[in-house]
Amino acid sequence: MITLNVNGKPRNLDIPEDMPLLWTLRDVLGMTGTKFGCGMGLCGACTIQIDGQPTRSCITPVSAAAGKQITTIEAIGATPAGKRIQRAWLALDVPQCGYCQSGQIMSATALLVSKPKPSDSDIDDAMAGNICRCGTYPRIRSAIKRAAGVTTTGVLDVVNAKEV
Amino acid sequence: MKTASIETHGIVSSSRRNFLKLTATAAIGGGLTLGFGLPTRGEVRDSLTTDAPFAPNAFLRIDRAGNVTFVMPLIEMGQGTYTSLPMLIAEELEVDVDKVAIEHSPPDDKLYANPLIGAQLTGGSTAIRGTYVPLRRAGATARVMLVTAAAQRWNVDPSTCRAQKGVVVHAPTGRKLGYGELVDAAAKLPVPEKVALKEPGDFKLIGTPHRRLDTTGKVNGSAKFGIDTRLPGMKFAVVAASPTFGGRLVSVDEAKAKAVPGVSQVVRLDDAVAVVAIHTWAAKQGLAAAAPQWDAGPNAKVSTADIVAQLAAASEKPGAVARHDGDAAAAIARAAQKIDAVYEQPFLAHAAMEPMNCTVHLTKEGCDIWVGTQIPGMTQAAVMKLTGLTREQVRIHNHLLGGGFGRRLEYDGTVRAVQIAQQVQGPVQVIWTREEDIQHDMYRPYYYDRLSAGVDAQGKAVAWSHRITGSSIVARYFPPWIKDGVDPDAVDASANQPYGFSDIHVDWVAQEPPGIPTSWWRGVGVTRGTFPVESFVDELAAHAKQDPLAYRVALLDKNPRAKAVLQIAAERSGWGKPLPAGQGRGIALCIGFGSFIAQVVQVSVDKDGTVNPTHVWCVVDCGIQVNPDTIRAQMESGIVFGLSAALHGQITIKDGRVEQTNFGDYRVLRTNETPRIRVDLVKSLEAPGGIGEPGTSCVMPALTNAIFAATGKRIRKLPVGDQARTEA
Repeated sequence: MITLNVNGKPRNLDIPEDMPLLWTLRDVLGMTGTKFGCGMGLCGACTIQIDGQPTRSCITPVSAAAGKQITTIEAIGATPAGKRIQRAWLALDVPQCGYCQSGQIMSATALLVSKPKPSDSDIDDAMAGNICRCGTYPRIRSAIKRAAGVTTTGVLDVVNAKEV
Repeated sequence: MKTASIETHGIVSSSRRNFLKLTATAAIGGGLTLGFGLPTRGEVRDSLTTDAPFAPNAFLRIDRAGNVTFVMPLIEMGQGTYTSLPMLIAEELEVDVDKVAIEHSPPDDKLYANPLIGAQLTGGSTAIRGTYVPLRRAGATARVMLVTAAAQRWNVDPSTCRAQKGVVVHAPTGRKLGYGELVDAAAKLPVPEKVALKEPGDFKLIGTPHRRLDTTGKVNGSAKFGIDTRLPGMKFAVVAASPTFGGRLVSVDEAKAKAVPGVSQVVRLDDAVAVVAIHTWAAKQGLAAAAPQWDAGPNAKVSTADIVAQLAAASEKPGAVARHDGDAAAAIARAAQKIDAVYEQPFLAHAAMEPMNCTVHLTKEGCDIWVGTQIPGMTQAAVMKLTGLTREQVRIHNHLLGGGFGRRLEYDGTVRAVQIAQQVQGPVQVIWTREEDIQHDMYRPYYYDRLSAGVDAQGKAVAWSHRITGSSIVARYFPPWIKDGVDPDAVDASANQPYGFSDIHVDWVAQEPPGIPTSWWRGVGVTRGTFPVESFVDELAAHAKQDPLAYRVALLDKNPRAKAVLQIAAERSGWGKPLPAGQGRGIALCIGFGSFIAQVVQVSVDKDGTVNPTHVWCVVDCGIQVNPDTIRAQMESGIVFGLSAALHGQITIKDGRVEQTNFGDYRVLRTNETPRIRVDLVKSLEAPGGIGEPGTSCVMPALTNAIFAATGKRIRKLPVGDQARTEA
């Protein structure tokens, strides 16, 4: 028996200690917002936060989260940074297929908390672990800056493209 | 002249009168329902083989509360159709876009008297092209009927009434009736045979950027993909197919698998094994413990080198003629100089973010299937064939797709899941690991392109010859499209190339790779063809010592739309302005899916050969724009997808099996590697073109042409990998 704190609620679970958090959330707790992408920590689709740190849940055993605060996409909107990120995502129509976006938002929110005014290179460092096959990277970058209140400048910003 | 064109196959406009027929029915619980037909590639195929009477496959329903629901067979896989299609209806119906709710068909057969017909398919950048007129007609027809119902109620001339925002207004008196109050009366009216559609100048919605309607659930974790299906009593199964193509399962250690806590069952199939458990983790552990042994089968020795050797040998012989203008062979023979090149493109996996999965509940009464698919109708037919169940008994519950890119135009994953479910009591979710997803994809085929041109004494190209050799997806998927031995998809970009060479010869040799399954991949034939065509044109420009832009423009006299996008892209990019050493710009043109795209890529090549695309300028003329922001998003998406493939993507085969396993060795672009992308749209009143795929097609040659400009190294074989290394 292991006790996990998920989005502020204690959950007592009869699962193996080495079971990854990803499958615990999805298959045992039925919280499907956290996505399976690669199973090896290579794509970031499964990103959650443990005590605020972005964490790949597919390679993190539940034992590593015991006694810590687990936050998932289902609850990130209740945090000020999460709410700002979600609003910016909607304002710039970031998602396409949407499958990777839970992980993107969990990484971006953690970035915004640790670096309230992130630079491009901060964004590279924080987001390079999150793959998006729909190629929403340019909009993710713009949305993070928007959420941070950093002015997006430069003729090449997608949101500034004009009709010819 | 003989040309093969995919555009002639009825995607843009169906001549079948029936597709435009509208039927009105009073819906259960009141309201107005209009049924109508949307042409799709699948139905075009059916129309070739059946003479089934017309049955609507899309429905527009307005209920007594005035809620508008559009029930339709096309799916959302990220491309924005769930926003752009409601825009087409709302424009003519005179309602706000967000008042149009989408329900995915297949519909409830009890609610709708007519069953769905034929295959439904979302792909080929056809969603807007196939629906632009029918959806507007449906909206306009409903509006006219509602206005007529209101006029009859008020006993006034309909021409004195107008519709706006879901309300009919009698202008002289200011009387108003909401659509919901009119639907029952409207449903009793005859359906008008002709309705006037708006002129583009009167559009209020079409052509304006509109926020996507499907995003809220995609930012809070509530959007449901196939893999998110959760059912009472559902078990989880992890599957492994034979690692070699065509291999057979010999043995599994069932006892060891079942010793893993939570594992309930081992399912043996001829060519695969699945372990069933209470959660995916236990199933995964169980599969590892099962240590399946395989008979490697007939393809045990196949390698990429063998496949390429077979393609090269096949390309020595003349193929089926796709285009023959003048006499290219003679013109090349008498030219001052002959230029030859061979271009090669690798097998590619789709690697959609959502790994393959399918949930099945098979009982004596029927088969329920939860999956995200681009082809619900064909999937249903395949399951009927496998199980012997009737159409009504096979119920496909379609979901959002965690990426399609062509992978979900195949039903192999669903058939596999049903095979497993045939041995499992209760509902079971079958999941492929990422490794399984990459090693058992249906791959974009390896293509081998042989090009030749004759050049006169002034360096001017006088003739073009192009032989395309590879796997034919059309021959397996849409056999009736093969005409005179030519695969129209495979030759599209070359046979329909716009450049004004006087003598052109394009032919096609079908050569299937032994055992390797091939399928559609974003951009289909246009993507495979644009890379060799736009690269070889660039080679000819370099040979003539001419600017690649000027060279192309000079050959495009008869194609003003192509010329315009090239010139605008060049102008935006600062084309011609000097760049530091190690940097370069490349340009490419793509005509496909009814759209014209030009892109300029700027690269910086490091001393160690690392290629960094820093900027992409993309100019799009896709005719009438429905949702401009979606067009931009699709271009950004296509560019990133194409750069991933061009820089890194390849599936290689050794000893009959795929060598790549996961995102570590099947690299895709990440945010830190993504260039700045600028997309400009050209205003146009031409018919709307497709936008999901050409962005991918165009960027590959634009990238390699930029590498040539930066380094002098011509990339004739993808991926680029480390080929730009100069000291080697």
